Amino acid sequence: MTAKQDKSIVRSLSVARLRDIGLVLFIVILSIFIQFRNSQFLTISNLNNMLINACIMGILAVGMMMVIITGGIDLSIGSTLALSGMSAGLFVRDNPDAPVIIAVLIGIAVGMAAGFVNGLLVGKGGVLPLIATLGMMNVYRGLTYIIAGGAWVSAHQMNDGFKAISFYNILGINSMIWIAAIVFLIAYFFLNYTRTGRRVYAVGSNYEASQISGTNVDNIQILVYTIMGGVSGLSGILWVSRFASAQGDTAQGFEMNVIAACVLGGVSITGGSGKVPGVALGTLLLGILRNSLPLLKVSPFWQDAIYGVIIMIAIIVNVMVKRTVDKRNLQRRHI
Amino acid sequence: MNKIAAKLPSAGQDSFVRKYLMRWEAILFLILIIVNVFNAIISPYYNFTGILGATRDFMDKTFIVFPMAMVILIGEIDISVAATVALSSVMMGVTYNAGNGVPMVVAILIGIGTATLCGFINGLVLTKFKELSPMIVTLATQTMYRGLAYVILEDQAAGSFPGWFQYFGWGSIGPVPFILICFVVCAVIFTLIINKTKFGRRIYAIGNNREASRFSGIKVEKTRLIIYTLVGFMAGITAIFLTSRMSSTRPNIALMYELDIISMVVLGGISTSGGKGRISGAIISIFIVGLLKYGLGLVNISSQVLMIIIGLLLVISVMTPNVAGKFKEARRQRMLHDKLSIQQK
Repeated sequence: MTAKQDKSIVRSLSVARLRDIGLVLFIVILSIFIQFRNSQFLTISNLNNMLINACIMGILAVGMMMVIITGGIDLSIGSTLALSGMSAGLFVRDNPDAPVIIAVLIGIAVGMAAGFVNGLLVGKGGVLPLIATLGMMNVYRGLTYIIAGGAWVSAHQMNDGFKAISFYNILGINSMIWIAAIVFLIAYFFLNYTRTGRRVYAVGSNYEASQISGTNVDNIQILVYTIMGGVSGLSGILWVSRFASAQGDTAQGFEMNVIAACVLGGVSITGGSGKVPGVALGTLLLGILRNSLPLLKVSPFWQDAIYGVIIMIAIIVNVMVKRTVDKRNLQRRHI
Repeated sequence: MNKIAAKLPSAGQDSFVRKYLMRWEAILFLILIIVNVFNAIISPYYNFTGILGATRDFMDKTFIVFPMAMVILIGEIDISVAATVALSSVMMGVTYNAGNGVPMVVAILIGIGTATLCGFINGLVLTKFKELSPMIVTLATQTMYRGLAYVILEDQAAGSFPGWFQYFGWGSIGPVPFILICFVVCAVIFTLIINKTKFGRRIYAIGNNREASRFSGIKVEKTRLIIYTLVGFMAGITAIFLTSRMSSTRPNIALMYELDIISMVVLGGISTSGGKGRISGAIISIFIVGLLKYGLGLVNISSQVLMIIIGLLLVISVMTPNVAGKFKEARRQRMLHDKLSIQQK
C-alpha cells in the first residue's frame, strides 16, 4: 500500500519535472524558429540584452511566487516599484554627493515598508490579498505622484554613480544579471533549505493544518509580503537606474506581466506549489517573446495579444496534463 | 462556527436596530450622507444640479458593477472587463469608420456583440476547465482583448460618429441625464434579478456552497456561463456610453476600470469570498465613490489624492468588520475562560 502510494507520488513529482522539461523544449523550439527567421537572435549581444530586460521581471516574479505560494496575490508591486524608485530618484536628485548605496537602501526600505503594510492588512487585518493589494496599489501610486509633486526625475538629475548601478559590468556580465541571479539563488536556498521557507509552502498548501501544527501563519504572510515589497524596491532602483528616469506612471500594469511569468512557470494560483527554476523559465519565455517580436518584424501592437494567447495556452495545457495524470493515478488505484 | 454559536441566543431578540441600522448598507448610507455634507461644506458650488451633471462622468463604468457583483457573489472575479470595454469600443469605432457606409446602429450592435462574445469566452473557458482560477483566466483574456484592440487600431483613434450618438453620453431628459435614467433602470432590473428570482437565489447558493448547490440540482456551470456572458454584455453597454461621451475611441480607453468597478462592489459590502452582501450596498457605494470624486474635484484636490482616499476607503472598509470581529471573538473567549475558572473554583 505505502509502496504504491510512494510510487504515485514519485510519478506525480516526475510530472512536475515533465512540465519544466516541456517548457524548456518549448523555449528551445521557439528559439530555433526565431533563429531561422532572423539570425540576429542567437548572438551574444542580443542574448545579453534580452536577459537584462528580463531581469526586473524575474526579480519581481521570485517575490510574487512566494506570495502566490502562500495563496495570496500582490497587485500593488507596480506601484511599490514606482514609489520606491521615485523615492530613490528624488534622494539622488536632492543629494547628488551622497553615496549611491544610501539611495539603494532608501528604495529597498520604502519597498519593504509598503510590503509590510500589505502583509499587515492580509495577515492581521484579515483582508483578502486581492482586495488589500488592490487598495494599496492606488495608495502607493497616488503617493508616488504626491512625493514627486507630479514631476519626473530625469537623466540629467541623476549622478553617474546611480546610473552605473544597472550599467556596470562584472566579469563581462551586466550587474543586473548578477543581481537577478543572486536573488534567484537566495530564493532557491530560502524556499528549499530553511525552515521558514518550507513553512511558506505549508501555509499555502494547508492553512488550517499549518496553523494547528504551530506555524505562525500571520507572520509568514507578513514576511512574504515584506519580501515582495523589498524585491519591488530593488526592482524600482534598477528600473529608475536603467531607464534613467523616475516617473509617476512607472511600471503601471507591470504586475500582470509578473503574475503571467509565475503562471507560465507552473506556480499554482491556489497556493502551495511553485518552484524557483520554473519561474526562471517562465520569465525567460516571456523575455524571449518580448525580445523576438521586433526581430520577427511583428508589429509591437501584436505583443499583448500574443502574450495573452500564450498564457491562455499555457494554463489550459497545464490543466490537461494534470487531468491526465489524475485519471491515470485513479485508474492505477482501482487495479 | 463560533460566530454562529455566538449569534444564536440573540436571534430571537432581533430588534429594528439590529435588523436595519446595523447593516453595512446603513453604514454606507451614513457615509454617503457624510460625503455629501462634507462636499457641501468644502465647496460652495456643490448643489443638486451639479451632482446630476456629474453623474455623466462616473456613470458609464457603473453598468458593469451589477454583473460584477454577481461574479463576486459566486466567489469569483473578472478582471478582463476594462479590456472588454476597450475592445468593444474599438470594434464600434472601426466598423463605423470602415468606409462602406455602415450605419451606426450596426456598429453599436457589433460592439455589444463583441463584448458579449468576450464575456462568453471567459465563461466558456472557466466552465470547461473548472480547475482554473477565474483570476488567471481573466488575466489572460484581459491581455488578449486589450491586445486585440491594439492590433485592430494600433495607436490610432477612431471617431467622427454621427451627431445623435452623442445623446448616450451627453443627452438628458429634462434636467436628468439620460445615462442616469439608464442606470436607474438597470439598477432596478438587476436588484429584482438578484433578490427576487430563482436565478438570483442560485447565485447566493453557489457563492455559499458550490458543492452543496451542485448536489441540490443547481446547474452551477450554466449559471456561471450566464453570469460571465452578462458581464460581457454590460461591458458592451458601458462601451456605448463611454465612446459616446469621449466621442472617439482608442485602444487604451477604459484603462484600470476593472479596479474602480471591483472597488465599488467590495466597498458595497459584497464579500470576495462569495455568498455575502447585497446589491443595494454596491449601488450606494457607486454614489459614494462618484460623489467623493466629484466633490473633491470641485475644490481642486488632485486625482492622486483621490486615488489614495479611495484605496484607503476600500481597505479600511473591508478590514474594520474583520478586526472588530476578532476583538469580539477574543472578548468572548476571555469571558468564557473567566466563567470556566469561576466554576472550577
